[in-house]
Amino acid sequence: MTETRTLVVERMMPQPPEKVWRALTQTALLEDWLMKNDFKPTVGASFTFRTQPMPHWNGVVDCEVLAVEPHRRLSYSWNAAGGLQTTVTWTLTEVEGGTRLRLEQSGFGPQDDNNYKGAAYGWQRNIDALEKVLAGLV
Amino acid sequence: MPATAPELFTALGDPTRRAIFERLSRAGELTVRALTEPSGVSQPAVSKHLGILKQAGLVHDRKDGRQTHYSARPQALKPLADWMTLYGAFWRDRLDRLEDLLKRMDQ
Repeated sequence: MTETRTLVVERMMPQPPEKVWRALTQTALLEDWLMKNDFKPTVGASFTFRTQPMPHWNGVVDCEVLAVEPHRRLSYSWNAAGGLQTTVTWTLTEVEGGTRLRLEQSGFGPQDDNNYKGAAYGWQRNIDALEKVLAGLV
Repeated sequence: MPATAPELFTALGDPTRRAIFERLSRAGELTVRALTEPSGVSQPAVSKHLGILKQAGLVHDRKDGRQTHYSARPQALKPLADWMTLYGAFWRDRLDRLEDLLKRMDQ
């Protein structure tokens, strides 16, 4: 069993869990903030997220719904070309004044493992990615 | 110690430093003077930028008499190619958009 890493991002939303849940599960709303998709809130259903292809990525994320607990928890696999096999889990907790939204993406390989694709990606791609994500950094 | 992703973002967040790094990546090895001439930035400023790039492990310097030659170390960008790092930035960006959508849903 290879050791894997988990990414956790938490955000407080000033809306009730019911509303946040809609944004996470309704196709049109999901497309608005995440990506085009054919999501179905049914355990076992396969769906894809699609965005514009990039030089080293076809822009497709293959998913399968793993857990659906309305207004509380949603989980799906998140797999992309190049060997990325992860699981995304959303947890919604009702708190005073809104919802604590927790995103957990688990299953990342160790940083220095053999799946590392850095050489293939090339540094220019990293600069491109850098330009895009700089604004996203806290 | 290799620089972490946030340190690399800081080092390359400046457009002048990014231009210097890109030029070195293409050219191989250049002196401070060669880097200064087309940049429109003073030599002390270029030297200062090179110091910051060096601290982040992004450039290597080689002394040759009175001249110092600089070259790029693209392998220092490795932490940025890590999926978890990229997804960390990706989700923060998307959650900003989700926040924005939820606000619109309130109206």
